[in-house]
Formats: sequence, C-alpha cells, structure tokens
Amino acid sequence: MTWGLQSASVRFGQTPALTDVTFLLEPSTVTVVVGGDGAGKSTCLRALVGLVALSTGEARRPGRRQIGYVPATGGVYPDLTVDENLAFSGGVYGERGATLLDKSSATLERFGLVDAHSRLGGHLSGGMQRKLALGMALLHQPALLVLDEPTTGIDPLSRSEMWRIISRAAAGGAAVIVTTTYVDEAQRASSVLLLEQGRVIAQGSPSSIVGAIGGTLGVAHSATRPAGLSWRWGRAWRVWAPSGPLPDGVEPLQPEFEDAVVIASMADRRGEQLDV
Amino acid sequence: MFELAETQAVTMRYGAFTAVDSVDLTVRSGEVVGLLGANGAGKTTLIRLLLGLVRPSAGVTLLFGSPPSVSGRRRVGYVPQTLGLYFDMTVRENWDFTVAAFGGGRADMPSNLSDVKDQLVGTLPLGTQRRVAFAVAFSHAPDLLVLDEPTSGVGPLGRARLWEDIRSSAEHGAGVLVTTHNMEEAEQCDRLVVMVEGRVAAEGTVGDVTGHRQVVEVRSADWKGAFEVLDAEGFVIQVHEDVLRVPSGRREVEGLLERRGVRATVTTVPANLEEAFVAVVSAGSRG
Repeated sequence: MTWGLQSASVRFGQTPALTDVTFLLEPSTVTVVVGGDGAGKSTCLRALVGLVALSTGEARRPGRRQIGYVPATGGVYPDLTVDENLAFSGGVYGERGATLLDKSSATLERFGLVDAHSRLGGHLSGGMQRKLALGMALLHQPALLVLDEPTTGIDPLSRSEMWRIISRAAAGGAAVIVTTTYVDEAQRASSVLLLEQGRVIAQGSPSSIVGAIGGTLGVAHSATRPAGLSWRWGRAWRVWAPSGPLPDGVEPLQPEFEDAVVIASMADRRGEQLDV
Repeated sequence: MFELAETQAVTMRYGAFTAVDSVDLTVRSGEVVGLLGANGAGKTTLIRLLLGLVRPSAGVTLLFGSPPSVSGRRRVGYVPQTLGLYFDMTVRENWDFTVAAFGGGRADMPSNLSDVKDQLVGTLPLGTQRRVAFAVAFSHAPDLLVLDEPTSGVGPLGRARLWEDIRSSAEHGAGVLVTTHNMEEAEQCDRLVVMVEGRVAAEGTVGDVTGHRQVVEVRSADWKGAFEVLDAEGFVIQVHEDVLRVPSGRREVEGLLERRGVRATVTTVPANLEEAFVAVVSAGSRG
C-alpha cells in the first residue's frame, strides 16, 4: 500500500500555499520535507492527513486509525496527566482495556516518561511534551507516521533520541514523513523533498540530489566574493559554475548534501544570487 | 586578535543549582566562536553574565577589558532567540529607535528592508522578522555580536546570506559568539565551546572536538534487521538513507551482526560533529 500526494495544490484564498506537489510514501521509508518558515511544509502534511482541502490533485492516506500525526505545536492535552493523555489518545485510536494499559506502560518506558506519568502535560518541559506527543502518535503502531518539525528548537542530544524513535518506527514497517528546517537531518531520509514557496525545487534520495545538481563546485580562499554564484562557508567561499569551468584560483570540491541544497535553491532563483 | 569579551572562572549559582561552573571563555576580535550545549547546559546564563545582565557568584567577567557596563553594552549587537524586536512598531520605527538608543547618528536602513519598512514587525513572516532583527543588531557596527540560534526557521539561502553577514562582520574586526543546535552552522565557526551541565566539556576547532573519534558504517541488504540488532544493544544509531552509523568498534559490531545472522559490510569512518557532540555530552554528564 502506498500513500502520498499526487499533483496536489492548495490555495488559501488567492494565495497558493502548495503547487503541484507529488510524493509517494512506502512502508519502512523516511521522507524528509526541508524548507524555511513559510515554505509550505506544514501545509504539505496537513494536506496528506486531510486537515486542509486540495484545490487540485489527490491525497492518498490510510484510514484514520492507521495514521499517527504530531503537529508542530501541541499534540498534548495540557490539563491531562501523562497517563491520561496516553489513555485518551489510545482510546481514540481504538485501543482498549489491558492492551491499552500494556501499550501505555511500554510507551512510558520507551520514551523515558515513567517518572513523569502523573504530571500534567502542561507542566512538562518542551522536550518532554514533544516526546509525549510522539508517544501518543505511536502508541497504536500506525502504518503512516506524520511528524511536523519534531526537532525544531530541541538540542542535539534530544534530536538524536527523536531520530532513534523515527528510525525504529521505519524499521518496524511504518511509512514516515517528517518536516524540518535543519538541512543535515535530511541526510537521514530515504527520500527528500526540498520546498520553497510551496513548490518542490528538488526531490529524491540525498545521494541522487547531490548527483543531480550538475555544474562544478569549487572552494575559494579569498577575502572578497569570487566571481560567479558563491556563498560563504567558514572563512572560505563555495563557488558554483552551472556550466563551463570554475573561475581562476577556485579549487574544485566534491559537493556534499548541504551544498546541493544551496545550489538547488540558487538554481531556482538564478540571477538573484544570494540577495534573498 | 585581542580579547573583546572574557570570563575567568566565572560561576553562577541559583540557590543550590549551579548554572555556570567555573567557565573560562574568550571571544577575540575577528573570530566566530560557536557555543554548543544541550538545553539547560548554561549557554544563555553565560551570555547574560558576559553582557553584565546578571552578576556572577564568583569569577570575573570582562567586556572590552572592563567590567560589563552600559557603555560596554553599546558596543554589543545582541539577537536573542525571541529576536528582541518591538512587534507593534513598524520596521522603520524599530530601526530608528535602536539607532537612537545606541547613540548613533543617522544610519541608513539596508535596502533589502525598504519594501517592508512601513509594516508592523508582528505581521511579517518569521524569516523577514529575523532579517530585521539582524539588520537592527548590525546597525551600530557593533564590536561584539552575540547571536542566540540565529538561523532557526530560515531556509537554505537565507541561512547562507546571514552567515555571509556574520563572516563579513568578523573580517571587519568584530568578534562573534553564536549559540546553535545546528551542526552544519557549528561547522562554520572558527572555534567551538561545548558546555555540559554548566562546565566546558570540550573546546577547539571542529577537528579538535571530533578528535580521533570514529564510528562504523554498516551496509546491509537487510538494514532493518541490522538496525534492530544494534538498536537492541543500546547504540545511538544514525540511519543515512540505508547506511547505519554506529558509535562502536568494527569488530564488536561485526560480531553482534554475525551472531544474529545479519550479513553486512562494516567499515570504520571518522565521526561527524553530531556524533562527537553526543559522545562529549554523554561522557560529561554527572547524572
């Protein structure tokens, strides 16, 4: 069974929020949607789970009880305890009695929430709320896991825990889609969707995106901006020649995924260089 | 290079809790220093000490060679995570107010803000607000820039643009202190300081911090099987496409997979900064 969006567009009044977006989500894969604020990442997920209507195109998703969705903020009832949050959302997804209790306590264990089980959702730290929301979304072992910016603002240690949970869900057979503003996280994806202003500007596995950029990348150690399309990297500059050779004094460099993402964005806005 | 900001064995206690524990930190002219740490590691408290917003329980803080003061703070550009803008004022009003508060003359607003100059800051998209906050912080040509998570929520080109401004300020002699959770951003700093539970647990260049740490890469037709075996052993695994990165030795991982009948190729590779960070934080935690 495959889910996803097919030629999907969303408009809010006159404003296009999503334009002609297509992706497929297979079991045991992680798809990462990357983009800045306002790129259309949340709309993409909301369209997938059916929270916003498509103006054209098609969304394919499993039945409600097969979906686990965590929005960018919230997802936890602040005036319910951790136990009650798990019981409530488990119940909504059709879990009952002893099975629900077993799954709740397994979730508490797995997410390090055992000591916090009687605390109110609203009294947990931001990171713990995220974990609880994820625990609630995973309790019923959904076939499709949809996570909106699960790692924004959390530190690298919590982030690596979060990704451990995501990888476990995928290894266990779920199709997972995650949004992020951190480009380095996209390298963990089987498939990446790079969004800008509601449009897909690059799509594919991280290695295929690197392979597809074309042109030549180089590094220049100069005090001033080198000729051509360039951006800073540390004290040096990265230079991209879409066609033809690199300018004089620029050494060729093997592109990495972060470079490919900048290049894809630049290619999308060619002529404007980095004046964004 | 000379010291713009310096702490010497600075300590900050709140009751029984030690937020910053005997930290030496220096930011020199011309360098970009990255301050890393888990949430609650003491980064924000250290910044507040450096700016003289709180008095240390022990130790010394120097801002431009003197104890922090209002005149010293005038030479600082600070962009907090919350941006520090007036949301019910226009971009132009924010600009004029800050320029006046820092005692500057008539500085011209950057041209890339002219199309939004009459809009209320609170009504702008977050990316644009961040651009305004940066422009305002840079308006008085500060000698020291302190940036708390400068590019959170910014797209790839916007991030490249902000880093160009950061680097250009350093090349004009400013010192820059950046806190970030973004490893890609941390890699662009000249020097890193990693805090764990109020103390400095590691410092130096990216190379110094990653050191000789290694991880192994596991390639298998059955990546799920390999993941399940190694995850059950408690390893914090990064999955990159279908390659597993495991913080362990080659022999140990090979042995584990072999015993469970998972066929895989295992190779040793240098750790990335995130893996090094996780190792430093895990080793440095008291609890």
